[in-house]
Amino acid sequence: MTIPVELVNGPGRKNKKEFTFSEEHAPEDFHDHLWELEAAGELVVQRVPEPYLEVPVKYGRTKKVPIGQTWHHKSCGQCGHIPGYSTSIFWVNRKLGIEYNDPTDQTSCTAWNYYASATSNQAAQACVAMRNFAAAYESDHFPIIHCGTSFGHYKEVRHEILTNAKLRAEVREILASMGKPLVMPEEMIHYSEWFHAMRHDIAKHQVLDFSKIAVTVHPACHYYKLVEGDAIYDPEVYGGQRTAIVTGLATALGAEVRDYSTWFDCCGFGFRHILVQRDFSRSFATQRKIKRMKEEADPDVTLTHDTGCVTTLDKSQFAAKAQDKDFATIPVLSEAQFAALAMGAHPFLVCQLHWHAADYKPLLEKMGIDHEKAWAEFEEQCGRLERNEAKYLTWEDVDSAPVEAAR
Amino acid sequence: MTGIGAAFKLEPKYPEVPYEEKARLFAEIKADARYDDYLYGCYECGICVAACPSARYYDFSPRRIAQAAAREDVELIFEQIQEDIWDCSQCFSCLRCPRGNNPGGIITIMREVAVNNGLDSAREALKGYTRIIYKIMSTGTQVSPDMLQADAFPDWGPTVAATSENLELWRRALPPDTHHTTKTGWQISTKTLVELYLIWHKTGALDLISELDEGLHSLLEEVMEDLLEEEGYEL
Repeated sequence: MTIPVELVNGPGRKNKKEFTFSEEHAPEDFHDHLWELEAAGELVVQRVPEPYLEVPVKYGRTKKVPIGQTWHHKSCGQCGHIPGYSTSIFWVNRKLGIEYNDPTDQTSCTAWNYYASATSNQAAQACVAMRNFAAAYESDHFPIIHCGTSFGHYKEVRHEILTNAKLRAEVREILASMGKPLVMPEEMIHYSEWFHAMRHDIAKHQVLDFSKIAVTVHPACHYYKLVEGDAIYDPEVYGGQRTAIVTGLATALGAEVRDYSTWFDCCGFGFRHILVQRDFSRSFATQRKIKRMKEEADPDVTLTHDTGCVTTLDKSQFAAKAQDKDFATIPVLSEAQFAALAMGAHPFLVCQLHWHAADYKPLLEKMGIDHEKAWAEFEEQCGRLERNEAKYLTWEDVDSAPVEAAR
Repeated sequence: MTGIGAAFKLEPKYPEVPYEEKARLFAEIKADARYDDYLYGCYECGICVAACPSARYYDFSPRRIAQAAAREDVELIFEQIQEDIWDCSQCFSCLRCPRGNNPGGIITIMREVAVNNGLDSAREALKGYTRIIYKIMSTGTQVSPDMLQADAFPDWGPTVAATSENLELWRRALPPDTHHTTKTGWQISTKTLVELYLIWHKTGALDLISELDEGLHSLLEEVMEDLLEEEGYEL
């Protein structure tokens, strides 16, 4: 979308007039096409289940966010390398008494690989997405997507399915061979939108005081740059000039959000770079993001809401510190882990912070959490597993385990 | 070598091909159904470059991608498909374009064409990447806990070694039932895996791997056919 130049007055981004999105500059609302295709019998639209909350998105529109009855479309990187991320999402749902489905009939969106290697094609990517949507529909639960890249890619797929009849027919035929219908969700929902929509309920369950915690926020590129119309823009956060995601939750929890100049920059993930060309990812993450945040905002933690961003910003700091002992590190958490900690979640049994690389212990101390005691509690529970007293820890174990450390 | 980028490039690292072959590749790019959505001309304002992370660290410019496509500069597009496209971070910060271009999207298409045609650039860029392709196509999750090995991620610090040493125990300590896996990100049902394999077969996604790596293709084909046959599917 073109931003009218008269709304940007002068240097230093000191806009004299507040920018407001309007229908005049808005792209077509995809819902119009969605309803037309549903009426023509081309596809099934899965409605957002009630009760839902409405949140403001770009162009002054609103978006329905389901509270419960959700089908959690998990993330490869979160489940594989940052398991406290998905565990915290589930824990917060459970703590609020909300029913959800953690399915085994879900595949990866495969978009990380696609953006990295292009070893796929448009039809395959669309089939993967629509198969997952059909699985959610069959379970009578609404998809809520954990990964920012899955969310972004599925928005691209939605556009292609709605506008390309040939692709639609091909995907429909392949799904039919599996006995699955062609289903499109009424809204594409990222888990962080659920946290934004639920932020005041989450805050009501807060047990730790975060008023002394300063945070910086890294909004994930594929959340708001890729098909921007779905992203939350709230007049109450930066006057709607910037996506409100993560920032809205952090402020609701009483934390101080501090700005920094490179907020728009990506994290450096690069998809293929993080796996086979990490010199780029490390350099970008540390020089353009972490170093700038530290110099300009000096936060206690940086929060983000995507798999790749947590990975890159967190893991890249070790090498920078090894190269320069004066490099000041910043702990990196998803806002789901941050919210869970605020609600009293165990830092290791639930938030799984021992999978993180940058030093998070000073942050826990500032939050009033005794990390040594918490680690002892985690090891005690692991001891039960080692002694074969249990095969796995369960939610019940986590809920009943002593959490003296966070009091 | 011609084209606006020629002055900035050293000798090409790829074999020269006739103009007709370059034109054929460009025609394949343009034929993609998404292409018209991704290109509307170029003001040459450079906003995309200012936002681009790769432009800060590589001899790479999303503006040149959009320019070359808009001008239909076949020579430059061939140069880009052999070199530039693998520098892109695919973050889509370039969508800031006031003209509505999507240089990152054009690059996605160019990469697909490079892979489909088995170009040297694709083979070179994806060296060391084949285990990732194998993982995602055969298991349905891209990264798995057992990929966290200290020798693979020495730059990520001692956490990786600690995770690797305690992997099975720490996975058992995760409360979600789906998370106890070590070879996949989460537990995936056999029926779901069968459906994924059918997608790779029916859309031609498996076939295109043969252009990139014949050995990997054979391995994937064998794994998939074994499961599909077990589950009663004939291809």
